[in-house]
Amino acid sequence: MQLNMNLNGEAVTVEVAPEQLLVELLRDDLGLTGTHIGCDTSQCGACNVLLDGEPVKACTLLAVQVEGRALTTIEGLAQGGALHPMQAAFRACHGLQCGFCTPGMVMAGIGIVARHGHDLDEATIVHGLEGNLCRCTGYRNIIKAVAEGARAMAGD
Amino acid sequence: MRPFSYHRPTDLAQAAALLESGDDVAALAGGHTLLPAIKSRLRAPDGLVDLSAIPGLAGIREDGDRLLVGAMTRHADVATSPQVAAHCRALARLAGGIGDPQVRNRGTLGGSIANNDPAADYPAAVLGLAATVHTSQRRIEADDFFQGMFTTALEPGELVTAVAFPRPLAAGYGRFAHPASRYALVGVFVARFAAGVRVAVTGAGAGVFRWMAAENCLSGSFDLGSVAGLVPDEADMNGDIHASAPYRAHLCSVMLGRALADCAASS
Ligand SMILES: Cc1cc2nc3c(=O)[nH]c(=O)nc-3n(C[C@H](O)[C@H](O)[C@H](O)COP(=O)(O)OP(=O)(O)OC[C@H]3O[C@@H](n4cnc5c(N)ncnc54)[C@H](O)[C@@H]3O)c2cc1C
Ligand code: FES
Ligand code: FES
Repeated sequence: MQLNMNLNGEAVTVEVAPEQLLVELLRDDLGLTGTHIGCDTSQCGACNVLLDGEPVKACTLLAVQVEGRALTTIEGLAQGGALHPMQAAFRACHGLQCGFCTPGMVMAGIGIVARHGHDLDEATIVHGLEGNLCRCTGYRNIIKAVAEGARAMAGD
Repeated sequence: MRPFSYHRPTDLAQAAALLESGDDVAALAGGHTLLPAIKSRLRAPDGLVDLSAIPGLAGIREDGDRLLVGAMTRHADVATSPQVAAHCRALARLAGGIGDPQVRNRGTLGGSIANNDPAADYPAAVLGLAATVHTSQRRIEADDFFQGMFTTALEPGELVTAVAFPRPLAAGYGRFAHPASRYALVGVFVARFAAGVRVAVTGAGAGVFRWMAAENCLSGSFDLGSVAGLVPDEADMNGDIHASAPYRAHLCSVMLGRALADCAASS
């Protein structure tokens, strides 16, 4: 089937099979390997991407379901070589160790800002990250990073 | 995944025809139950009928004194809708507690009740609020709709189009989430109407059910004291690796208390 979408700001048309998952299209066909597969059972959030600005799990969407819509992957966040403020905050706050969960965390963080604004308390962040698992950090610095990234995004 | 055909009809008649066109053709709403089931090979449909392009299935509007929530309305939209909050704050809060934000950005009301997972949240609200399920063919009262584990009154090819929620005098939801899956280990929804009180329990038994003993006590006197010490029969409870039957029975009492506290906070 033919799939038309806006991917990271560009109109893209690709051929997909009905049973192809969005994460498979991104990683295997389009070489966008920043979107990770942590669990493949819809629980870890490593595969989060933004669909029309809202985080969704790319392992639990068929590629054909994004027809006509705008998709942003982690590769699409940095502008002109400068990290997105949420990415920069994860770096500054040491919000990662191995980095496997990080793309999904950044996407979830951006989603939290879209829903709750720039001044986030810890409870809001923790509730907003319920769909993201990290096996390394213990989450403390991830929570700090999302709060910091949210503040920085106000200055965009 | 095993190959299947994919269709995106633009009206209900086309969708119904497609659903009847093969032995195992399934409707696809948010896909957050169906796609994991296909990936884990619990299901292997020959075709999927995506409901997302059918106009009028998503959205929230008033219909007389009822609130009509379209089948394709996402959990996130119910959770944040001022109309839902004004009609029944407990319903908005219930939707906002389902899964995680990414699940709520995809999962739908229609998919949740059609699936009727014994641990799903929406069935408790639909049954507790005595809602009416609108389908492509008829209207079904909640008391007749839910028929035990993963079973509903829906006929093959019949689609949920909306759910009409009456407005309660007060309502509350108490939920004990499984720490890993986030599904309700036990969830109790209480709704008070002029005609009496309804109590619906999810997670505890083979499917959502009304807790009649609690309803009778609360219809007499709507306070925690009237249900003090009330515990459902252990024989009706599920016991599994997550929780034993006696523990689930105990949780029913505790969640009933939380639902009543939520009623007091909401009204
Ligand atoms: C990680 C995770 C956590 C979750 N946690 C919770 C939770 O805490 N509480 C909870 O309640 N749920 C939870 N869910 C389930 C989630 O709410 C699902 O989205 C929901 O149960 C199914 O809705 P859907 O729109 O995704 O349906 P789909 O997966 O698209 O469909 C489910 C079933 O219903 C049928 N169907 C869909 N729409 C209709 C319709 N309009 N008419 C007739 N049949 C239809 C489909 O054919 C399919 O058989 C969770 C899911 C995930 C992945
Ligand atoms: S890979 Fe998608 S949620 Fe884990
Ligand atoms: S940094 Fe390693 S999984 Fe999160």
